[in-house]
Amino acid sequence: MSRPLWVAGLTAGLTFLYFLLTTAILIWGERRVVARMQSRLGPNRVGPLGALQTLVDGLKMFFKEDVTPAMVKQPIFTVAPLVGVVAGLLSTAVIPIGGEVTLGGETFTLQVADLGVGVLWFLAMGSIHVYSVFLAGWASSSPYPLLGGVRSSAQMISYEIAQGLAVASVFIYAGSLRVSDIVAAQSGEGLLPGLPGWFAIPLLPAFAVFVVGMVAEAGRPPFDLAEAEGELVGGFHTEYSGLRFGMFMLAEFMAVVIQSAMVVTLFLGGPSGPTFGLPAPIAAVMPTVWFTLKTLLFIFLFILLRGALPRTRYDRLMALGWKLLIPVGLVWALATAALVLVREDGGLSTTARLGLAAGAVVVAVLGLATGRGGRDAATIGRAVSTAVRPTAPAATDEPDPAEVAR
Amino acid sequence: MTLGGQYGTVAVMVVFGAVLYAIIMLLNRLMRPSVPSPLKLSTYECGVDAVGSGWSQMNIRYYVFAFLFVIFDVEAIFLFPWAVIFGDLTSSTTPSALYALVAMFLFIATLLEGLAYAWRKGVLRWE
Repeated sequence: MSRPLWVAGLTAGLTFLYFLLTTAILIWGERRVVARMQSRLGPNRVGPLGALQTLVDGLKMFFKEDVTPAMVKQPIFTVAPLVGVVAGLLSTAVIPIGGEVTLGGETFTLQVADLGVGVLWFLAMGSIHVYSVFLAGWASSSPYPLLGGVRSSAQMISYEIAQGLAVASVFIYAGSLRVSDIVAAQSGEGLLPGLPGWFAIPLLPAFAVFVVGMVAEAGRPPFDLAEAEGELVGGFHTEYSGLRFGMFMLAEFMAVVIQSAMVVTLFLGGPSGPTFGLPAPIAAVMPTVWFTLKTLLFIFLFILLRGALPRTRYDRLMALGWKLLIPVGLVWALATAALVLVREDGGLSTTARLGLAAGAVVVAVLGLATGRGGRDAATIGRAVSTAVRPTAPAATDEPDPAEVAR
Repeated sequence: MTLGGQYGTVAVMVVFGAVLYAIIMLLNRLMRPSVPSPLKLSTYECGVDAVGSGWSQMNIRYYVFAFLFVIFDVEAIFLFPWAVIFGDLTSSTTPSALYALVAMFLFIATLLEGLAYAWRKGVLRWE
């Protein structure tokens, strides 16, 4: 598919504007909602309900002095925020924010690029964002940014694996990495008539892993370890000031919007939704409306999490990622494949089905019977129950007698 | 002028982002004050003078996690092409669907064993 340069440019510009606007809504909404949760008023002076506060704050950044400490390593110090912002911007390229709109004789597909590698592109841009965080921490040559950078990058790469494994089961269902194919695969009816064919329903465990992973990936509370100001001051961007600091903030908030948009695309049918038989010009915009509503729902979830949950401790964060989410993601990808085989007629002979079931039973019994399996289950239970708890020491932290003996 | 292929549009977006960033930074340079002083340019250290290099020692566990990350990320990359074609396989194709499933089971079981080993060795614990 080829399109004129101006169409491509306009689509890219519109997508960028869309995500920038949603980011502004996120920042404003967060301040309003969290203020309400803490019995405060929140911003209410600039514009209706303080809605223009974000814009004014952004403008203020332009007039702030940009202090570049003498010890920093140039040019990496300067380039790091650019990498973060551009990586965030580029990951929006594969997200469809609506259907097709005809304007001035040209058909606009509201997706910058429907790449063959699709979701892989999104994951890759997430990985490049890690470079921005780590290099910013390293190039500051200052203790707090260095520790914050290492911490954040270890957190981001850990949860990136969990996210990637969760996405694998989506690929099995959709049979493609291409985002438009994944959205199309969810357009039919679901397991029950009347339910949408969204992957969130049959792939619920993968959906759950992805949602937890996206909160950690965006570095948001309760997983905002990078900004544990009591221990790390500001994390990797301690030495940044002025607009460069603003760029890091933009990249971070944009990550929330992008992750929300991606979970909607992968698990909630993306821009699909009923058009209620509306006339043509309105019906063409309806997909964008649906997409925005679904994305705002997840953004609201992010805000609620921030208002409700205290920050986790780092060891619990890593335990949740490595001991729960990654094994669950792996096993669920295989379980999905096995389910697809069992469901398909001609996919598997009766003997093979029985063999598969017997194998599953043997594995389950072995896992439960061995003492190791029992201990692991206990560890997992502890990881789950403590991951969402405040940082105060819990009673479950008493040393296990077996551990002490070892 | 038309852009062939999807990556052309992505290239437009890269240029778009970089140019926008450059414009913003240029505007910022014109508008911001610049009053450096030796104290202001020193490394942040909670009010005390910074001693020595800013690069401190890190916990060795980060290193181990980086290794584990490489193993599991590469594994995910192996998993993706398999996941994409898996739906097309049946008992009559070569390889058959069951063969593909068992092969992936063995591959993942090996890696899970690695994770279990690291777990057992206490690598995943933070003291």
